[in-house]
Amino acid sequence: MIEMKLPALGADMDEGKLLEWRVHPGQVVHKGDILAVVDTAKAALDVESWHDGTVAELLIEPGQTVPVGTLMARLLEPGETAPAHEPKPPAAPATAGRRPVSPAARRRAAELGVALDSLRGSGPDGVVTLRDVEQAAAGVAPARDRSVEIRRTIAAVMVRSKREVPHYYLSDDIPLAAATDWLREANAGRPVAARILMAALCLRAVARAAQRHPTMNGHFVDGAFRPSAVVNLGVAISLRGGGLLAPAIAGAESKTTAEIMQALADLVARARSGTLRREEVTDPTLTVSNLGDQGVRSVQPIIFAPQVAIIGFGLVSDRPWVLEGKLAVMPVVTATLAADHRVSDGHAGARFLAEIGANLQHPEAP
Amino acid sequence: MDESECRAVILQALQRIAPEVEPGVLDPRRALREQVDLDSMDWLNFLIALSQSFRVEIPESVYGRMRTLDDLVQYLRDPPGRSREPRGP
Repeated sequence: MIEMKLPALGADMDEGKLLEWRVHPGQVVHKGDILAVVDTAKAALDVESWHDGTVAELLIEPGQTVPVGTLMARLLEPGETAPAHEPKPPAAPATAGRRPVSPAARRRAAELGVALDSLRGSGPDGVVTLRDVEQAAAGVAPARDRSVEIRRTIAAVMVRSKREVPHYYLSDDIPLAAATDWLREANAGRPVAARILMAALCLRAVARAAQRHPTMNGHFVDGAFRPSAVVNLGVAISLRGGGLLAPAIAGAESKTTAEIMQALADLVARARSGTLRREEVTDPTLTVSNLGDQGVRSVQPIIFAPQVAIIGFGLVSDRPWVLEGKLAVMPVVTATLAADHRVSDGHAGARFLAEIGANLQHPEAP
Repeated sequence: MDESECRAVILQALQRIAPEVEPGVLDPRRALREQVDLDSMDWLNFLIALSQSFRVEIPESVYGRMRTLDDLVQYLRDPPGRSREPRGP
């Protein structure tokens, strides 16, 4: 018998809500087949089978939210036959005289003192589900809305990061005269739909620097740092109505500025419409948070563990700057690195930050 | 397109990006980005939408003059470079 548990579909996923089963008891499945669709705070994601086998029983039902690691289904191995006590599928059709209630709903109803007879089931064939019980107990029908889920996820990830990750912070002011000039020239010949934002230049400068500073790019998992060969650059994107997501631009180190801009525009649009792909929310190896648009001078960001670094950019503003012994006015941004002291030291962080600044002096460099 | 139609098209484009906006409470003479939570990506998307709706190019060099709703109405109704009808002798 193969036990299929809810996998962590992202480093920061603690629980998931089953949206639907894509299989039914008795169905033969192969490794890689999609068994279920699970909603996380970030996106609806597919759960694949890791084995060949036959679905024996489905143990949770659509609408239920369960922690990562919860047993979701049992599969028979190829050649294995079902045990004598044939397990009953949870969504058994209604039979006369017996009210169909899922086992989880029955337990919860007992805990909450909800009379099952008074409930109308919203599950398949009128089965009373856990959700029906909980909604009845609450006296209302509270819809679990995405912004609440996102808030909870942010809370969980940030608390864990602040508790477990020893952050150190380094800041530097980076002159952006060269980058601004480059941008003005690049945009002069472009239609508005192909225009590039300063954010894209900053992202590219970070991605290129990360490639040369491997202790900033990867994950700290099970007590050890695992550097990543590619830079999947997470971008913190705020959502209207609150919350944020930080999906990744995959392979950002080998993209041109225009390609990064295109990827960024696409990610922002899909983050806000809730249509991110699984790999985009699960794979960032390093993140950038840009709060310059909100007018703040600097950002001391919190690392999205298990990543090991994050860079915050503040507002690009004209500031006094000493250039070759003379006072000048030029656009400047304050960049702040927060990095995980278990993986790197301030010395390495300072060199990384300096390289980001240097890259921004040569925005055209390949 | 008369002024009120032009204003309505601009507000529609704005609401697609910032659905929480109530057009009635916007001050047409105050910078839009001071009144509506629009980051630089939102602003760019807004200009792209306007450029498409009005079939007008909006060069980056005029960004500085396109801050308020009134600025936008004025620019989009009469963009520089568009041929004008002769206005008599």
